[in-house]
Amino acid sequence: MSAATGTLLGPAEVPAADAGGSTPAAYRFELVKLLSQWRLRIVLLACWIAPGLFVAAVGRQSALPSDTLFGRWMHATGWAGALVVLGFCCSWALPLLTSLVAGDAFAAEDRLGTWRHLVMAVRSPRRIFVAKVLASTSVILVMVLGLAASGTVGGLLSAGSRPLVGLDGHILTPGAAAVRLLLAWAVVLAPTLAFAGVGLLGSVALGRSPMGLLVPAVLAFALQLLRLLPLPVPLRLALPSEAFLAWHGLFTDPAQLGPLWIGVAVALAWAVVATGAAYLLFVRRDFTNLANDGSARRAVVGGVLPLVALLGLTAVTLAAAMPGAADGHGSGITAPKVEEALATSFGHLYRLQARELHRPDVTEAQLATSATCDRGAASVPGDGDGEGDRVTDNGAGDDWRCVVSWHIPGAQAVGSATYQLDVTAEGRYVADGDGPKEVNGTFWVRTATGDAPNPLWQIDGTLDLLPPASQH
Amino acid sequence: MGNDRAVRARGVTRYFGDVVALGGVDLDIAAGQVHGLVGPNGAGKTTLFGLLLGLAVPDGGSLEILGRTTGGAPSVPAGVAGFVDGPGLYPALTARQNLAALADLQQRASRRANGAEVERVLAEVGLTDVADDRVRGFSLGMRQRLGLAAALLARPRLLVLDEPANGLDPAGRRHLHDILRRLAAEGCAVLVSSHRMDDLAAVCTEITLLARGRTVFTGPIEKLAAETPDLDYRVVTALDVQHTVRGVARLDALVGRLVAAGESVREIAPSVPPLEAAFLALTEPEADR
Repeated sequence: MSAATGTLLGPAEVPAADAGGSTPAAYRFELVKLLSQWRLRIVLLACWIAPGLFVAAVGRQSALPSDTLFGRWMHATGWAGALVVLGFCCSWALPLLTSLVAGDAFAAEDRLGTWRHLVMAVRSPRRIFVAKVLASTSVILVMVLGLAASGTVGGLLSAGSRPLVGLDGHILTPGAAAVRLLLAWAVVLAPTLAFAGVGLLGSVALGRSPMGLLVPAVLAFALQLLRLLPLPVPLRLALPSEAFLAWHGLFTDPAQLGPLWIGVAVALAWAVVATGAAYLLFVRRDFTNLANDGSARRAVVGGVLPLVALLGLTAVTLAAAMPGAADGHGSGITAPKVEEALATSFGHLYRLQARELHRPDVTEAQLATSATCDRGAASVPGDGDGEGDRVTDNGAGDDWRCVVSWHIPGAQAVGSATYQLDVTAEGRYVADGDGPKEVNGTFWVRTATGDAPNPLWQIDGTLDLLPPASQH
Repeated sequence: MGNDRAVRARGVTRYFGDVVALGGVDLDIAAGQVHGLVGPNGAGKTTLFGLLLGLAVPDGGSLEILGRTTGGAPSVPAGVAGFVDGPGLYPALTARQNLAALADLQQRASRRANGAEVERVLAEVGLTDVADDRVRGFSLGMRQRLGLAAALLARPRLLVLDEPANGLDPAGRRHLHDILRRLAAEGCAVLVSSHRMDDLAAVCTEITLLARGRTVFTGPIEKLAAETPDLDYRVVTALDVQHTVRGVARLDALVGRLVAAGESVREIAPSVPPLEAAFLALTEPEADR
């Protein structure tokens, strides 16, 4: 050790009690701590690189991820690749990233045993909380920005900026696709913040336990399972993860804004309640207890109950605000909705096919497309669905069968084509062409310049689950 | 309260559920004094340190720190710095980054002023050469020194250090003592704990013994030595025969007998150092003695 060289300040020169730890300084400190973790730096780097590489790699393959929304269009336009990345992020990446950052924000101090040090340095648990929330949110936002930018750049470099087929078959110009992609990423920020709030809550409530780190991931997994179930529409919309799907509605014309606004509002409410509950738990903790490992009672009363209450309150409010939400046995999936959605998509995509085949252009009005959909195959006497039905015509299932009819301009004949539909509980459907062969029976269509993907072979779409009176 | 008193505690109590951590502690620390706090494990030292550092408030009694009475919500008093249960350091940051962040939190006039303060305390504890190394690679002694640097960064008027000599080599301990003495000479009150009585004897002018949450002794360290009960003495003759007797009177008698018998005495020493013996006598339950 060297010789002592320091001197003491007089009382007037000593920083005052409140001088320690302004919120901006505490925020900077939290950012420095977060970014000093090499694991986090690697994840940040991956967020900015991996999506672009993924899209570029998939774009070079002949087989496309056609079971993924927009996946079948990845060769056609770069915007599709960017949307595939967004869809994947909504399923897993965003909840996992929030787990990694927000879920560890408070637990890290418990593991390092640095709470006393931090409280003395910042001199205010409230400022510590605000700084940690802002820092972890900042890092999450930089990650989201990286995912969005990387996926978009990768997509555009590999397939170019070309028109995109929307989820009702209408064509979006590159500019319109870009705007909607931007809006979609903005929409998914809301559920991301909700999961971040839950992560902070878990991190505060469960102390040094690694369970705190897993809370957002476990919640995401549980909600994924719930989404597969035939939940009533108000309960489905009350889930904080719905906005991870609601952005699909931006890619129809008109946009399905009802579920989108509800999803964003619900997610933000979850973010506020979870963060607020975390704050209350945090400011009441005993910082002298180094062995703090959370408490089951505190976690349940202060953490779980407020969120369960929010879920129940939101579901009841939505049910009251949506008369007719019980349509389709509460699933929001009815034959008229399926018929309208499929007919609309078919009309738009028929025009696309006509252009590919260099046939004379037609309008949707000329086509006057309609569809008749039926679910099931055998009859249940007296169910009112007509012969050939075994189940009522509503709800999710892969046993929907639709016949689409359209008028052929300049001819008296009416064309018809058959589709088998797989409709999921969350309102997404895939219509698989079942003939005739020259319309929707083959993957390729022969054009003057060679083979091209047949837009009518498989159709991706999305249903607005809200009752018709609530849709706008 | 006089202006020269940094800490005044009277009947301070602190409970954790049914457990009595502090059962009525009295403590006075004057400005410019290095005061030792010692006690067996579980005596309440850590709890008392937590109260002095503003991490908790007493459940009863009165506690004044630098002229301010504590109470209500926990808050760290201005002019107080230190650490309890080891310094809180971030292993992924370098020594300089750890200190720079703290300096930033203390809102000095400029970044340059912060940088100068960081360099000052790094030099003071002898860590300038490793300032850009990550703390995860530091030895225990280096961490202790960095913790001390972090405390000095606040230019405290009351410095509270929980076992700061842990992990320090003899030269490091001596330098720590030099720093503490200098701080005291400049008017800072220092409270330091240690399990090594010789450490405390080397630097403290007064000492407080805690046992089972209560003060069992407080006063000058010489007074503690004087309160030492009869010591056990070890007497070794030139023929390497060892004798042990209790008390000075018996020691005198033994030495007299040996000399009368023509035996040379090679060594006379207490079996247990006097301060340690006092510590054991005052802190061990009656049944254990």
